[in-house]
Amino acid sequence: MNILTDIPISLIVLCSGLGLILIGLWGMLTQRNMIRMIIGFSLTDTGIHMVMVSIGYVTGRTAPIINDAVPVADAATLVVDPVPSALVLTAIVIGLGVTAVMLAFAVRIYKARNTLMIDECTESKW
Amino acid sequence: MIKRIFIFIMLALIGMIFFNLASNYSENTSLSKLGYYYAEKGPQELGAPNLVTAVVVTYRGLDTLGEVTVLFISAAGVGLLLRRTRRNQDDDEGLEEGDRAEETAGVHKPASEIVETATQLLLPMVILFGVYVFMNGHLSPGGGFQGGAIIASGTMFLLLALPESHISRMMIAITESLSGFSYVVVGVLGVILAGGFLDNRIMGLGSYGHLLSAGAIPLIYTFVGFKVGFELSAVLDRFRKEDTGPV
Repeated sequence: MNILTDIPISLIVLCSGLGLILIGLWGMLTQRNMIRMIIGFSLTDTGIHMVMVSIGYVTGRTAPIINDAVPVADAATLVVDPVPSALVLTAIVIGLGVTAVMLAFAVRIYKARNTLMIDECTESKW
Repeated sequence: MIKRIFIFIMLALIGMIFFNLASNYSENTSLSKLGYYYAEKGPQELGAPNLVTAVVVTYRGLDTLGEVTVLFISAAGVGLLLRRTRRNQDDDEGLEEGDRAEETAGVHKPASEIVETATQLLLPMVILFGVYVFMNGHLSPGGGFQGGAIIASGTMFLLLALPESHISRMMIAITESLSGFSYVVVGVLGVILAGGFLDNRIMGLGSYGHLLSAGAIPLIYTFVGFKVGFELSAVLDRFRKEDTGPV
């Protein structure tokens, strides 16, 4: 019995992804510094990507690229699901765009108020 | 304090959901129906060895067009937010000479000759590697977005090593618009000449596994690569300078 080989690899990826989502949510909810909140968002984002990739994994198969090791005829029995990988590619780019806009807002707020603490922005508080 | 407890309870509940998900998880042993179809038919239908590329560029091409649009809007948003307003400019003019020198200290310190030479030597190679990655997107791991990110990392390298260097906003705007426009034109050609929007079979599929094969995929990825690369470069440049105007 080897514990390391008994746990399926995609379960490890799934659990790390779920853990990252929780850490990111914790960061976004408890931190008062905007840069730290944005880092929390990035962590959640990365966690979601890892969960999506792990769901597409099929036991013992390889990347969905056809080469000498994966002949065209047997492709459907040798590769992992290409759809989650493609969706993660999209999700990474969108996450990047959202992070860039959030950072631009942080720069703007810092210029206006000379602080990055969200507690100082009381007029958007309810 | 009550807020902290509330946050803790909420995270614990979400953690429980996740625990249930993970404990009932079992690895797939076969592909989903859709994945099976793509793996079975993709290589013959589209001629692209990289199945992820086939899904991203052709089967789900419309999603990718939307993705490029989102990236464009976020780049435009960053540009809008970091534009230096007239009032801010006046503020800057009011700064004491000493303040200004302090503010820009380090930024305007000229780079040493070693850094300068290394940049001139390496930058073309970084960009060439980016082009290689997006040209081979249908054959190997890579593609327009990855290649574009590498090109943008080249820009980052340039901005870090030679902070004085000027990047033409006009050139970025023109390249970006032209690539985006050509991408849509290729998509519309697919409706006219082949099976539907963004169908890659408007050009011959070529011989399988060669650089110029898989129909329009290398063409589309070239446009996407240039568009993403220049867009991200523009975002980086905005974060550096924050000045006005498409000069």
